[in-house]
Amino acid sequence: MSAPKVRRLINVDGLTVEFATRDGFVTAVKDVSFKLDGGETLGIVGESGSGKSVTSYALMRILDDNGRIEKGDIAYTGIDLVTADERAMRDIRGREISMIFQNPRSALNPIRKVGKQIADVLRQHGVAAGAAANTMAIEFLDTVRIREPEKRFHAYPHELSGGMCQRVVIALALACEPRVLIADEPTTGLDVTTQKTILDLVRDLTAARGMSMVLITHDLGLAAEYCDRLIVMKSGVVVEAASAKQLFRNPAHPYTQALIRATPRREANLRSLLPADDVRRDAPAPAPEVPGADEAPLISVSGLTKSFVPTPSSLPFFKKRSLDDAPPPAVDQISFDIWRGESVGLVGESGCGKSTTSLLLMRLLDPTAGKIIFEGENIALTPSAKFPRSPHRPKLQMVFQDPTDCLNPRFTAKQCIADPIARLSGISGRKAIGKRVEELADNVRLPRALLDRFPHQLSGGQKARVGIARAIALNPSFLVLDEPTAALDVSVQAVVLNLLADLRQELKLTYLFVSHDLAVVRLLCNRVIVMRAGKIEETGETEALMNNPKSPYTAGLLAASPVPPAALI
Amino acid sequence: MADPASAVSTEANAPVQPGNAGFLRRSFYVLSSNPVSFIALGAFGLIILAGIFGPSLAPYDPLFTNASRALQAPSADHWFGTDQLGRDVFSRVLVATRLDLLISVIAVALSFVVGAAIGTSAGYYGGWIDRISSRLIDTIMAFPLFVLAMGIVAALGNSIENIIYATAIINVPFYARVARAEANIRRNAGFIQAAKLGGSGGIRIIAMQLFPNALPPMMVQASLNLGWAILNAAGLSFIGLGVQPPTPEWGIMVAEGANFIVSGEWWLALFPGAALMVTVFTFNLMGDALRDIVDPRKRT
Repeated sequence: MSAPKVRRLINVDGLTVEFATRDGFVTAVKDVSFKLDGGETLGIVGESGSGKSVTSYALMRILDDNGRIEKGDIAYTGIDLVTADERAMRDIRGREISMIFQNPRSALNPIRKVGKQIADVLRQHGVAAGAAANTMAIEFLDTVRIREPEKRFHAYPHELSGGMCQRVVIALALACEPRVLIADEPTTGLDVTTQKTILDLVRDLTAARGMSMVLITHDLGLAAEYCDRLIVMKSGVVVEAASAKQLFRNPAHPYTQALIRATPRREANLRSLLPADDVRRDAPAPAPEVPGADEAPLISVSGLTKSFVPTPSSLPFFKKRSLDDAPPPAVDQISFDIWRGESVGLVGESGCGKSTTSLLLMRLLDPTAGKIIFEGENIALTPSAKFPRSPHRPKLQMVFQDPTDCLNPRFTAKQCIADPIARLSGISGRKAIGKRVEELADNVRLPRALLDRFPHQLSGGQKARVGIARAIALNPSFLVLDEPTAALDVSVQAVVLNLLADLRQELKLTYLFVSHDLAVVRLLCNRVIVMRAGKIEETGETEALMNNPKSPYTAGLLAASPVPPAALI
Repeated sequence: MADPASAVSTEANAPVQPGNAGFLRRSFYVLSSNPVSFIALGAFGLIILAGIFGPSLAPYDPLFTNASRALQAPSADHWFGTDQLGRDVFSRVLVATRLDLLISVIAVALSFVVGAAIGTSAGYYGGWIDRISSRLIDTIMAFPLFVLAMGIVAALGNSIENIIYATAIINVPFYARVARAEANIRRNAGFIQAAKLGGSGGIRIIAMQLFPNALPPMMVQASLNLGWAILNAAGLSFIGLGVQPPTPEWGIMVAEGANFIVSGEWWLALFPGAALMVTVFTFNLMGDALRDIVDPRKRT
């Protein structure tokens, strides 16, 4: 860095990107302009479909076959990237501008050692040759703080955790000392604690090398913490561009305001997340009374254990090894009670056993040991294959994490909701079932006209409503919500969370809310169970636990979740 | 009151496609990138028409022998010429369409149903059901399939039904494998778990949830397989199993005509052979077109 003055690296002016579809050309990005200076971190923020990823793909000229840059200029230090030929682009990609993608595992070649993959990039771009490339690759693994880099050099991607894979991807991206790093949702799908270490690492590395970064994210908290300047995109258009500080202090555009409002913050309550024009914003947040502990709990779990033991190999030679390698139980001797009307949060990092626990409670999985007492009966005794015919089946229901995955793509919304009704509710006859489905659609505020659509014709929020309608169709008493909003945009999440809170009061439901997002758990739950490595780390009343965590693990989780600055709206 | 669903702008703009019209429009869009598929669809229509109306359209009785007109070259009277017994080759080719189509369609339908049942159960249940059925299918695949079909027909007896059974048996593995793969990737999907919560047992899940999802790739498989099944039936007849003379059937006609090629009467074998080739070719192209239609990546 010989020149002390700030250099303009990227200048995007009036960028318009179109995609050819059967309905003609669709404009994904319209008239987008921004610039990136040396050493700066620019955040591109927006919800799904806002065109933020397409913008970065256009920058790298890696648009899909049916996409094309219709108008506008992209200049990288004076080089025109719109007209540059493919060979020039190949040199720029990786050596000048590098990219980190959302899913680190799919960005790595699954059958090649990670060290070799880094060395390949170094050789390809002529940075190092022969054995020197291997030595350099080990240095890079060390740079991204992978412990024992010599050993990890020989690891295959599937042997590394998601966080480790993302570190390798970062090492790949940094290998040729690019001047610009584009990170497209680099931590989606990673735990909050991993997210923090990865982003801190990227920030340190880029700062140390005087690199510029473009961080594409849907998470305002993240953007606030790591970016100098932000641009907010909505349906392909930049609605606001400002410094991070100013954007949060004084958001000018109504969309930015709505986005900031919908992001769960420490001081927010459930209603304040809703858009300003929503009538329910002024209604008091529902607060169903929680009966005291003198009543018998609705569901009582004791000593619940689940271990996934690998089936011993039938070949004698391999027998010993497979038994020695038996992993620790996914759920290890956990016990807790949930009372009728409660909403309990179950939090922890991925792999801590929270999803296994919810599947065990729902009797979709058979426990290795332990009791689940529901309404005075140990339901763990009925094997999961027989449980669909148990009289308790309608009372235990679940809302799934991925609203797309949980709906049969060949069923209409109506058929999805009607399936459990026809099986278990005792309502029979097309008309009666149809009426009940409509009633449920009203319950979850799903317009009746949408009932005849297939899942791919519904938006994420609408699919989430269908999933919720199906879960409450049988008048359950206990509902497990497995990260029901994890796949949704913040504004939709705000509406769905409010819906869940309202339903809980209207239908007198008991929730177990499984989530990794403490900010969301705080809004909906009155008690929290923190899990770690299959065991319960800590339980307590939500406010007390969040303000004053006893366990350092909980404190770490709380500290790692990015929180946007307090908004003034 | 403000409609809560439209309160969030991102929620209200999902595209609407009215059921059937949307499907046709989409199919047309997908196929227009590959015009050959329209030719295939047209040819398919002609083959079906020939199958249905063949016997009433045929200018001559396909079984009527006339020794005085034997072995005549193609002419205005006999478009495809006449065979060694003076029968009109064009009429015989036309009439044979129905029999060949019937054999292949019934055989493919049988293997479709059996293969889907075996495959989805194996994919969903896993464990010993999967192991046993998969090995069984591997066993069938281990034989040269045509030889296996020959063996089955020889053992069961020479009849049209047995040709159908033999063709169905050797086709089952293909359907079972496709269905197994489709069921297996979805066995832990959210909507399967949800169906269990809704009180559905294994068989109901397989029939109601998994099978509709395995259907598109299996339809493609079926279309590709129809041509193959026709070839197989014709092949069996060619070596003298199954359909017996004088019934008009493409395989037998090629077999009988083959004897006359050396003496210069090429039309006896050529025209039924060409009919066979065009039909198989059409079904294969249809399979490609169907695959394009059901492939979601082509729907943009």
